[in-house]
Amino acid sequence: MTLLAPQSKLLFEGPDWDFDLIKRVHEACGEIGIKEMGLDPYPNQIEVITVEQMLDAYASTGMPLFYRHWSFGKHFARNEAMYRKGYQGLAYEIVINSNPCIVYIMEENSATMQTLVLAHAGYGHSHFFKNNYVFKQWTDADGILDYLEFARGFIAKCEDRYGQEEVERVLDAAHALQSHGVHRFPRKRMPDLRSEQRREEERRLHGEQLFNDLWRTVPVGKRKRSKDEDERRKALLGLPEENLLYFLEKTAPRLAPWQREIMRIVRLINQYFYPQRQTKVMNEGCATYTHHRIMNRLHEKGQISDGSFLEFIHSHTGVVLQPSFDDRRFSGINPYALGFAMCCDIERVCTNPTDEDREWMGDIAGNGDPYGTLRDIWANYRDESFVSQFLSPRVIREFGLFRVVDDEEEEEMNVAAIHDERGYRKIRRALSHHYDIAYRDADIQIVDVDLAGDRKLILQHRVLDGVLLEETDAEKVLQHVAELWGYDVKLLEHDEAGAQLAEHTAQPRRPFA
Amino acid sequence: MHIIDRRLNPGGKSFANRQRFLRRARAQVRRAVREASSSRSIKDAGKGGEVSIPAGGVHEPHLHRSSQGGTRDYVLPGNKKYVEGDGIPRPQQGGGQGSRASDSGEGEDEFRFALTDDEYLDLYLEDLELPDLAKRQVAGATSVQWRQAGYSVSGPPARISVPRTLRHSMSRRIALKRPKAEEIEALRLEIERLEREGGHFDELQELRADLEKRVMRTKRIPYIDPVDVRYRRLESNPKPIAKAVMFCLMDVSGSMNEHMKDLAKRFYSLLYLFLNRRYEHVDVVFIRHTHEAQEVDEQTFFYSRETGGTVVSTALFKMMDIVRDRYPVSDWNIYAAQASDGDNTSSDNAVVLGQLRDIILPICQYYAYVEVGMDDEEDHPGAGEPSTNLWRAYRRVPDDQPFAMRKVRHRRDIYPVFRDLFARRPEGVAAEGG
Repeated sequence: MTLLAPQSKLLFEGPDWDFDLIKRVHEACGEIGIKEMGLDPYPNQIEVITVEQMLDAYASTGMPLFYRHWSFGKHFARNEAMYRKGYQGLAYEIVINSNPCIVYIMEENSATMQTLVLAHAGYGHSHFFKNNYVFKQWTDADGILDYLEFARGFIAKCEDRYGQEEVERVLDAAHALQSHGVHRFPRKRMPDLRSEQRREEERRLHGEQLFNDLWRTVPVGKRKRSKDEDERRKALLGLPEENLLYFLEKTAPRLAPWQREIMRIVRLINQYFYPQRQTKVMNEGCATYTHHRIMNRLHEKGQISDGSFLEFIHSHTGVVLQPSFDDRRFSGINPYALGFAMCCDIERVCTNPTDEDREWMGDIAGNGDPYGTLRDIWANYRDESFVSQFLSPRVIREFGLFRVVDDEEEEEMNVAAIHDERGYRKIRRALSHHYDIAYRDADIQIVDVDLAGDRKLILQHRVLDGVLLEETDAEKVLQHVAELWGYDVKLLEHDEAGAQLAEHTAQPRRPFA
Repeated sequence: MHIIDRRLNPGGKSFANRQRFLRRARAQVRRAVREASSSRSIKDAGKGGEVSIPAGGVHEPHLHRSSQGGTRDYVLPGNKKYVEGDGIPRPQQGGGQGSRASDSGEGEDEFRFALTDDEYLDLYLEDLELPDLAKRQVAGATSVQWRQAGYSVSGPPARISVPRTLRHSMSRRIALKRPKAEEIEALRLEIERLEREGGHFDELQELRADLEKRVMRTKRIPYIDPVDVRYRRLESNPKPIAKAVMFCLMDVSGSMNEHMKDLAKRFYSLLYLFLNRRYEHVDVVFIRHTHEAQEVDEQTFFYSRETGGTVVSTALFKMMDIVRDRYPVSDWNIYAAQASDGDNTSSDNAVVLGQLRDIILPICQYYAYVEVGMDDEEDHPGAGEPSTNLWRAYRRVPDDQPFAMRKVRHRRDIYPVFRDLFARRPEGVAAEGG
């Protein structure tokens, strides 16, 4: 390398790029990402797309193929309007957690941006997807594209057979329950999406074989109802159950098999996205840190020109910008900014710690192996634990983080902690709490169902901090639950002490059958 | 690593989803389109564009905690002056720092998005239909279009397809083993050579017999046989008249003010849009009149001032002149829209009526009369109809004619009136005036 003339070391000059250049850049990034930083990404599949196609991809949550539903059309329309008016730029890339890792890059990007994008998505995100434990546990990168293909085919078939509107009703209902359609704790079996299609077949065959009309005529004696039986019934139904979609799919009495299958599809796809919601800060932090490192090294090695490097810095600064709370642009904490700052800070702690760092992060302070430490962190944490372990006082100070408590009983909001000795831990705990999905999503469970009587399904919302459900939405979702369940549904909101704060009910208007 | 160039893949992957979305929100989008159109300028009347619909209809509900009430906890960046224990007054509109309230536009009252030109026009002109569009076709007066349609074994010599014919000829010659000209020539030369050189008699004899046989065979099997001949066949297709001409007639005498002209213009532009969608080619002819009529260009039509009396019949005569000159009835669908404030010289009314009823209406697909009035005129439903000169005259047009008239006072009336005039109606019921 060093033997070459300086000008020949440049990967590119000017903004134009071609496929050869992408290949060269990809290799050069790999040289740094894999050899120096020790990253272990999936093999990459780079797809060049247009603006139009990027908007398409936006509409289907970035996936290359998806089943059809009006809500995606709505998102497309919205994004398009925003984009055309210039309110919203488009992402430079989209990356998909699959094996091989699909990276979409836009044709409009300049050569510098393509380099940045490849480093960011092709090495940063891809490494994170492959190694982070939440993704390992919950997603099946090998099977997702096949499963989406199956899902789309199945839903299209259903539309042909039962009509678009019928299918749309099921999808609407399933989408409404999406946020409460994930298993939060891993079950015994690793999800293997490829076998889902086969299982669907098998289940149907099994059902057909076992069908015997005689069972209907077997007399059953009346049994006495007892407390024991209550418990037994709940245990049999697996209650309480927080995965509403799962419960309805398995136990709603009146659904047709194809309707259950559609619910299953929505549930499984949503489960696939579940890790992304839990690791936003880390995922972006990992990718941003990686691209920052790679671009800097490329510049140091003389592989990109000063001009390109300035272009990169300009774009990078925009990405990691954190507007203050009183800024017009403020819309929450920027996961790129926080993730990047924390990763850089960890690097600093590893190589050049202060006394404060030794006190706060003794186990990694000064260990001299920033890349190894970061790789270990990227593999074994999610946002909540990441923040609660590694948010250092220094980052808190840099961001000027402060905690505000807004109690509706009080007249004003109260500043509960700022970036000082007494506040660091409080802020860290509060922010970690903020990234805890289990806390952010309303805790709603199916607690009981009166199978012997009127089949009323009872749901319970465990109210935290006195924040009730948003009422109009709750009523609408409950209506969907009622249609799926086929009988009356009740949703109770209890506070921690068990006192009832609100009650919603819904009756099926046009139950699925 | 692979690189795949997806740019050439067919776009519009979201098209099916978009259609589903539009279908779901159809009623709201249609209303939005109609409302938007009333405030638009003529130039954009047919363009797509942004509409906003109430978010309620396309809202996707999900279970989430309310943005109000209870105890909340925020961690915010950018502290400048606060210390622990400080109080901060609540922002006006709940939602704490307004951060998480609407991340995808949910929770807003309106959903804004852009419609394409086609989608816009489709919704805009939905349920409208040009009256008597099919008249000409049914009457058999359509012109005929000839189209190439394969080959046939008979036809005029001019339509012989040489390649096709030679192809058949060649396959026949090969199949029947017609001797080639070069072979015969070679044989002949060989015989001549032998004769000159005094070849063997038997051999010569044999060659001569061979030559004769081949020549005979060549004569029996012609180079081109009538069975080879193919003709390019033509098929006739009835062609609907795809051309329409639209006559815009307008009174430009002093009594027509800017407001009235604007109304008229809006009506014309709607009609033009509408015709444009139904016909391949639409001509527009502008005729303005005072006490005499003139054909003018659009700019002059709408914006130049003219003074004089009002004799409506001049415009009608002018229109007929132009039809006779340039727009033969057999080739053109003729539409006319007349706008006026209803003024006419009394003595002219009978002439107008006669000309319209006896000469113009029989050749017209449709004739619409729009009487424009002032915004501030009394306008209560059932207040009786206008009693202008022209209106009274036109009232006497028989009901079964393709003629309609309406009164328009305000911009926002234009579209409803237009819809009213061109609304799809049961077979056989003509648009009625009044």
